[in-house]
Amino acid sequence: MTREQVLDLYFMDARCKLIELAAFLDRVDRSDGEGDFRLQSLRMALPLLSSSEAGRAKAVLEALSDPTLEPIPSANGKGACGAWPGIVSH
Amino acid sequence: MRYIEPHAHMVSRITDDYEAMRLAGCVAICEPAFWAGFDRSSAAGFYDYFCQLTDYEPKRAAKFSLPHYSWLCINPKESEDMGLARDVLGLIPEFLQRSNVLGIGEIGLNKNTRNELRILEEHVDLAARYDQLILVHTPHLEDKLKGTNLILDVLRADSRIKPGRVIIDHVEEHTVERVLDAGFWAGITLYPESKATPARAIDMVERAGMKNIWLNCACDWGRSEPLAVPRTAIEMSRRGHSREAIDHLVYGNPLRFLSQNPRFQIP
Ligand SMILES: [Zn+2]
Repeated sequence: MTREQVLDLYFMDARCKLIELAAFLDRVDRSDGEGDFRLQSLRMALPLLSSSEAGRAKAVLEALSDPTLEPIPSANGKGACGAWPGIVSH
Repeated sequence: MRYIEPHAHMVSRITDDYEAMRLAGCVAICEPAFWAGFDRSSAAGFYDYFCQLTDYEPKRAAKFSLPHYSWLCINPKESEDMGLARDVLGLIPEFLQRSNVLGIGEIGLNKNTRNELRILEEHVDLAARYDQLILVHTPHLEDKLKGTNLILDVLRADSRIKPGRVIIDHVEEHTVERVLDAGFWAGITLYPESKATPARAIDMVERAGMKNIWLNCACDWGRSEPLAVPRTAIEMSRRGHSREAIDHLVYGNPLRFLSQNPRFQIP
């Protein structure tokens, strides 16, 4: 596809998601309390979008991943939340 | 258009989904064993589930001329209780005799715990002893990268395992290359929020190549889309991919992997 064709197919979708993200950050600012590691992780990943290098999706996924290597002794629950809680102390 | 749905949890879906998939061009469905959304209380619960997968569900699919195959295991979400997990592992050989069982799956990790890892190794050993294909589930979200690395270590440590007979599912941009580079097949799962969207799935295929990749919807009891594979095929068409390339990805590739088990037949 040409760049023009990519824009024709995906610009409106990307624009929509960008505005949703901006509105989410405004909503977070308007709310009370401290937030947690999820917000911290998201804020750390945002600058990756401005990179001039390819592989931005991979970089964002890595930034939101548990970087440790060893299996854990046991789990607190079954679910995942999309960000690594250990980022606070890391 | 024709396609194979290689990963769908049809026990959680309504009969209309079978009809919709058939209408969209589906020619076969494969169903890995998974977590029911709650922990089963005994091995007997798994026995009944395996009967449902291998006996009842194929009959439901057959009403729409759809061959239905299954994969058996205890899901990593339930393998924290190693006593229960070993009891379930003991049930599996009996079911491997059934003509619609393709292999061991979806095994893998969930929260990357030591017990999960131990039971994963025991599943891999079972697959090796019975010469079975393997379908691997990689963990969700923040746990995926670490879990994928641990899973690759387990598989590579067992010299009996041939990478070409193992598919590692739910890959994303940060795991797809390492899976393919190690010689394994990679599955891309199309899911509304987690995993991949049709656009990202095609991006991955365009970058990594189509060689050993399949697409699946993994529809289950959560928000998921039974027609995600044909929708992605349409998206590929919008990008200008040829009819042959689309057929190769959504039909030819799963056929090539699954046909390693001679039981897999499309009438
Ligand atoms: Zn699944």
